[in-house]
Amino acid sequence: MELVCPAGNLPSLKAAIDNGADAVYVGFKDDTNARHFTGLNFTEHSFEKAIDYAHEKGRKVFVAINTFPQPSGFKRWKAAVDRAAEFGVDALILADIGVLDYAREHWPEMRLHLSVQASVTSAEGIGFYHQNFGIRRVVLPRVLSVRQVAHVISQSPVPVEVFGFGSLCVMVEGRCLLSSYVTGRSPNTYGACSPASHVRWEETEGGTNTRLNNVLIDHYAEGEKAGYPTLCKGRFQVGENTFYAIEEPTSLNTLSLLPELRDIGVSAIKVEGRQRSPAYAAQVTAVMRAAIDDCLLNTESYQPKAQWMQELAEVSEGSQTTLGAYHRPWQ
Amino acid sequence: MKLSIGPIQYFWERQQVLCFYQQVADSPAEIIYLGEVICSKRRLVKTKDWIAIGEELRQSGKEVILSSLTLLEAASETGALKKLCNNEDFMVEANDISAVQLLSAAGKAFVTGPSVNIYNQHSLRLLAAKGLKRWVLPVELGLKTLADMQAARPAGIETEVFALGRLPLAYSARCYTARSHNLPKDNCQFKCLDYPDGRMLKTRENQEFLILNGTQTQSALTHQVLEKLPELAKLGVDVLRISPQSSNTLEIIEIFDSARKAPEIKPTGDELLKLLPAGACNGYLVGKAGLDYEVNPAA
Repeated sequence: MELVCPAGNLPSLKAAIDNGADAVYVGFKDDTNARHFTGLNFTEHSFEKAIDYAHEKGRKVFVAINTFPQPSGFKRWKAAVDRAAEFGVDALILADIGVLDYAREHWPEMRLHLSVQASVTSAEGIGFYHQNFGIRRVVLPRVLSVRQVAHVISQSPVPVEVFGFGSLCVMVEGRCLLSSYVTGRSPNTYGACSPASHVRWEETEGGTNTRLNNVLIDHYAEGEKAGYPTLCKGRFQVGENTFYAIEEPTSLNTLSLLPELRDIGVSAIKVEGRQRSPAYAAQVTAVMRAAIDDCLLNTESYQPKAQWMQELAEVSEGSQTTLGAYHRPWQ
Repeated sequence: MKLSIGPIQYFWERQQVLCFYQQVADSPAEIIYLGEVICSKRRLVKTKDWIAIGEELRQSGKEVILSSLTLLEAASETGALKKLCNNEDFMVEANDISAVQLLSAAGKAFVTGPSVNIYNQHSLRLLAAKGLKRWVLPVELGLKTLADMQAARPAGIETEVFALGRLPLAYSARCYTARSHNLPKDNCQFKCLDYPDGRMLKTRENQEFLILNGTQTQSALTHQVLEKLPELAKLGVDVLRISPQSSNTLEIIEIFDSARKAPEIKPTGDELLKLLPAGACNGYLVGKAGLDYEVNPAA
């Protein structure tokens, strides 16, 4: 199982590689990727350094160009594909049919991975992208149980990558418009969910309100730690109850599932978090590296170590972790 | 412009479904989309029932399309999708790329629903070569992109716009209606039946925000494009989709029918507003947040 880690900048990339990532994935400084945040991502200059650093250590660099261009911006996506290919990256992670078509036609030798943003959950869907664009790997959305992932792998024409750790999207990726409903900007169109440009923290007499484009996402009492207003992780009223109606602030953590993921034939484990710090990249990569190595070596006796779990909890949203949709009762 | 009635997004009692389509048979809508698109556990109306309803509607002169499930998870759902795509009676609306693959492999013409991501002319062209006959503009895209797409669309492709309904915003493995009753999905007790227009989620300031519809999340506000009909007609939009709600759908169809027949009268949303379960929105159309509403939106 290959370990694929996030890098939002050069220090994070080095941290991931130094701590044992087999591959890192990055994006350019624009809306062509799904982590389009201020101060994040790579210029041509830092990108060149990133590739040199990774390749010198024998590791791979994947470039995410995984948002959905509209006609007026399409040339930006073409430019991103060309730039990545010219710099000799190891794979492009793409989602849009038009962009896949462009990459296939202009860079026929380039290795293409299907992004989670393509929202594909069945072997038939994977088959569409394999037949038409020759994709060589698919990243599955975080909506399938382990059994369902196993079934997809058994039928898939290409190897499968799944998420192993990080902030949890609870909606199927690539088809979630909650963010643009509230702010006009979505992962698909803009490359960001619940963008910081629309966030407001409001101190009130009774505590703190967090708002997204003026919509109240949560209210925190005095002394309660306020979290970022990701809109699916706020507290809302349904009927008589006020609660985390969609999901708690929590991160996915699959350490306890690694043997199952190994046995069903998962080819790569992805860590979420290009928007996070170099310290996050270092810590999560180190734990995942140790866990995967242990899991592959000690096929019968593997157990996630308490220390690993604690280290991952420290960098998790709300300091909580979950098995998400992999675990049927979560659904 | 033709009028279509989109698939019912909610879980209705069987009798309510049958009654709805009996009424629709006499409505001015030309195209009817049928089938369960949200949850494979909703089986009060079975595939053979949908086909029977479709045959009756066809006899009333309607074009009938069978809509596919949006989010596929279980192997059994893919199995059901294969059967749907193999049907010899009706064209299929693909709501997932899996259906596109099955239909194009079988050499069948198809429609794509709003959850198939066609955001640019290149995607449209490629799918047209695979057998696409009609596509629904993804709901978060506005008039500007629609105009660009129309200018580049391949010959023979029809464009449909989601013209009225609570916006389909997200799909999940988790069932939020069951969760709101503290039940797991595997023991949901079919709580969706209690909410024929979905279950309201409000902010802690009582703002009507989202609708929980099983594994789907919708907008609480109803997106409506009535005021923009003249512009949509000018852009060559072929079909306007009305998404069913538990009451007033026929009255809404009448309003859209009158508006399309009298392009000289500038339509207003006032009359429409009274027929909606909560307020209205149209922000997506003009490149703003989806929940925004401009009474006379500027392009």
